[in-house]
Amino acid sequence: MFNYIVRRVLFAIPIAIGVTIVCFSLVYLAPGDPLQLVLPPDATADDRAILATLYGFDKPIPVQYLNWLMRALCGDMGVSIQTSRPVFGEVIRALGNTVVISAGAVALAFTLAFILGTVAAYNLGKPADRIATAISVVGVSVPSYWLGIVLIIWFSVELGWLPATGLGPKGSAGFSFLHWEQARYAILPIVTMSFAPLGIIARNTRAAIADVLSQDFVQMLRAKGLGPLPVLRHAVRNALPQILAVMGLQFGYLVGGSILVETIFNWPGTGFLLGKAILTRDVPVLQGTILVLAISFVMTNLVVDLMQTAVDPRIKRS
Amino acid sequence: MTEDKSIVSAPFRPKLEAVRDEDPRDRGGNRQPLLIVNQLRKYFPIRGGIFNHRRGEVRAVDSVSFSVLKGETLGIVGESGCGKSTLARLLMHLIPCDTGEQIFDGEAVGELRGLSLRELRRNMQMVFQDSSSSLNPRLPVEQSIAYGPRVHGMARAEAKAVARDLLDKVGLRPELFGSRYPHELSGGQKQRINIARALALNPRMLILDEAVSALDKSVQAQVLNLLRYLKRHLNLTYVFISHDLSVVQYISDRVLVMYLGEVVEIGPVDAIYTAPKHPYTAALLRSRLNLNPAERLAEAPLSGDPPNPINPPSGCRFRTRCNFAEAVCADRSPALGEHTNRSAHRAACHMVHADSGHSLSGRAASVEGAHGQRN
Amino acid sequence: MTDVISTDAPALRHGLSAPDIKVRSYLQTVTHRLRHDPVTLFFLAVILIIALAAICAPWIAPFDPNKTGTLYRLKPIGFRGFILGTDELGRDMLSRLIYGARTSLVMGLTPVVLATVIGGTLGVTAGFHGGRVNMCIMRIVDVFYAFPSVLLAVAISGTMGGGIQNGLIALTLVFIPPLCRIAETTTTQVRSLDFVEAARASGASSASIIIHHVLANAAAPLFIYASSLISVAILLAAGLSFLGLGVEPPTADWGMMLSNLRQAIYVQPLVCALPGVAIFITSLSFNLVSDGLRQAMDVRA
Repeated sequence: MFNYIVRRVLFAIPIAIGVTIVCFSLVYLAPGDPLQLVLPPDATADDRAILATLYGFDKPIPVQYLNWLMRALCGDMGVSIQTSRPVFGEVIRALGNTVVISAGAVALAFTLAFILGTVAAYNLGKPADRIATAISVVGVSVPSYWLGIVLIIWFSVELGWLPATGLGPKGSAGFSFLHWEQARYAILPIVTMSFAPLGIIARNTRAAIADVLSQDFVQMLRAKGLGPLPVLRHAVRNALPQILAVMGLQFGYLVGGSILVETIFNWPGTGFLLGKAILTRDVPVLQGTILVLAISFVMTNLVVDLMQTAVDPRIKRS
Repeated sequence: MTEDKSIVSAPFRPKLEAVRDEDPRDRGGNRQPLLIVNQLRKYFPIRGGIFNHRRGEVRAVDSVSFSVLKGETLGIVGESGCGKSTLARLLMHLIPCDTGEQIFDGEAVGELRGLSLRELRRNMQMVFQDSSSSLNPRLPVEQSIAYGPRVHGMARAEAKAVARDLLDKVGLRPELFGSRYPHELSGGQKQRINIARALALNPRMLILDEAVSALDKSVQAQVLNLLRYLKRHLNLTYVFISHDLSVVQYISDRVLVMYLGEVVEIGPVDAIYTAPKHPYTAALLRSRLNLNPAERLAEAPLSGDPPNPINPPSGCRFRTRCNFAEAVCADRSPALGEHTNRSAHRAACHMVHADSGHSLSGRAASVEGAHGQRN
Repeated sequence: MTDVISTDAPALRHGLSAPDIKVRSYLQTVTHRLRHDPVTLFFLAVILIIALAAICAPWIAPFDPNKTGTLYRLKPIGFRGFILGTDELGRDMLSRLIYGARTSLVMGLTPVVLATVIGGTLGVTAGFHGGRVNMCIMRIVDVFYAFPSVLLAVAISGTMGGGIQNGLIALTLVFIPPLCRIAETTTTQVRSLDFVEAARASGASSASIIIHHVLANAAAPLFIYASSLISVAILLAAGLSFLGLGVEPPTADWGMMLSNLRQAIYVQPLVCALPGVAIFITSLSFNLVSDGLRQAMDVRA
């Protein structure tokens, strides 16, 4: 078991390194000179050379990569070209906000999807199943950015119940779920983000529970005279590892892909940061955000894998 | 033979040419074995630990040597895990061997001046166990059969004609069965297709790896009879691998018994089945289900679990389950002895060889006799 | 269909001729199943309508999609001949939606097709050869797989500066890893089956085995998965346009229309939601059709 954990973690390291290489080289895909943004329009060649040395652009690429990586590991990701604030701090703060709505979305999606999937699994082929499947397919096909707009139209414009954008009346200074005044700002983003995971988790739940229910040992339990509720408990216990794995993965996807929803709701998370950085071509922020998001996705996958091994006794631990 | 118009599969009296005595491809005449296998060895590495390094190895096939004589059927029996299937794949060069040599009709295989692999494949083919994966599910069976000849350069129309001819030979009407897919055929029919496919390259030898094991008994009988018929009329030599002792007895001329990757006994079928020389063979035979209530066994013929192929016992591998094991059995591994003669009956057991150091050596003609000597 | 032992009862032989056993090929089975699946057929029709509309856009669009009209900004549905209203620059929504279908379909289908070809080739090669080749290819693919798709698409497209071409490249790169993985998994499975060993035993070259035996069996799961990716591609492509990383204005594109109309939701909410409806319907249709296709092609059922 320990062997497996060590092997899995070691396996993740080259992938993480590969990810950092990709993040680093993204900048070189950009057309034009990265320094152009920083230089004033009348800069001379000398000015440019000085700035190049300052930023380290004159060294060979692998050296630049290593320098960048070393600094990033120590928490120094440079300074934002726009705001002149340290990138690392900004990204981490934004990450916190993103995690808030992503976790909320996954929790909401899981609750609904679990019920939906279980109902479908118990009624395979019957109308209840078809409706549940239809809801899953709709959830997966809805563009999140459009859904956000629609929800804003309904709940903010037409009904005026919920605020349309932003993090709260006090801005991003401090967000906490405890105050309703602030928490209500998170409702629409969370609901918007929950549709896609809802569809996917419902589909997986249905498949996993239907699979367990069709196995012989369930027939045996029923023959023993066990009521429907205990049988359900058994089924859930067997299907849970798989469902939890999907949940974890969805959480990772939401955190990494939050840019669309956060743009709509002006929610100051990593996605929003990313969007701004693209528009303003703020290279340090761009690199830093992508790096942090990618690495956290790798770590989320790792945690999900290890959790599955711990929870599912069937996976070989050699 | 009246033309049969019944609705079910054609009766199987296939139209074949007359029996041929001389194969134009023969070199060296009847005395020369068709296949000689020398010291074939295959160890599979076991990887584990953090760095996936080689922790040990499974000795699947360990220094196996035997010959297959022209026109005979050599049966190879043994329990699961004794290395029979690995041996089959080694013979066909589907997996590379660690050491060992093969000599086909006098020519070394794989050597520069001997037989190339491609040429070997025209001479030696394999019939697989009928499983859901022995035939390509997306091809009509005709094309599966024609694939081999096409690979060796035959034109499409000609290969199709060959395929249809072979379907006829194995007792399936080409018009009815040619364009069918494997999932539309029964087990016995699929196995006939497998045989036809193996025959498509006109080989001189067929290796049949558990070819009838997946079939019902009645269908087994049909396919076995077909095999015997084809062998006579197409001048074939068979190596028939199976775990089913009765089937091997029915079809083989000589039998080779394997245990834990080694050959323990080889000889003519009647000699082996009536007077086995190796305790393992005797135990195997005694463990066959007997319908005669008068012959009941008092105790299980074989005791203990088969040992670990990763760490086989020293000396004779069977000694941990053998009733006659002595100190010498742990010290030295018994040799099989020369056995190219058709009637040679040899066993790798210290009891059989004179001056091997075993207390019963040389004194018993068979294991039953050894039992008698003891009591 | 059982074999009959030669000593069969005479009664079976008399007067019976070989029955008409209709041997149905695989393709026929699939078409038969599809024909009896109303949901899939309906949404297949929807896709065809959208595709036709996109192709025939110049002939069926009522107005010029790029013609602005400052007098007619953000008019509601049905106003004076503008069947679906007008956008923030006074352009006819219906026409722009029809022209937008072109962009969306191209941006949705092209990356998937390219990624299937590239990823499929890589995956089959890796799966068939195994060993070092496999490790090499799959490790690189794993690195790209370690990015969430939206992030990767936005990152590549964003750093390259946006535009259709970069968007296509970004989306193709996003879809290559999953397709490569599927191809590799199925190829590895097929490679170990007996009939492949039999093909090797008959002396065939690797190329011949791949073409005749492996591909036919590995292609089906690959194509089914690819078809399920089309709806994701359409969503993602429109998402890129929404962020400004897609086409350049004034080309009509659903994502960009949605983004531009965002400011106007307080004025004309219904009209502003229309591009999203188009994206939703298209994505939904492709999703359901690919699901139906998967069920029809399931060999086991």
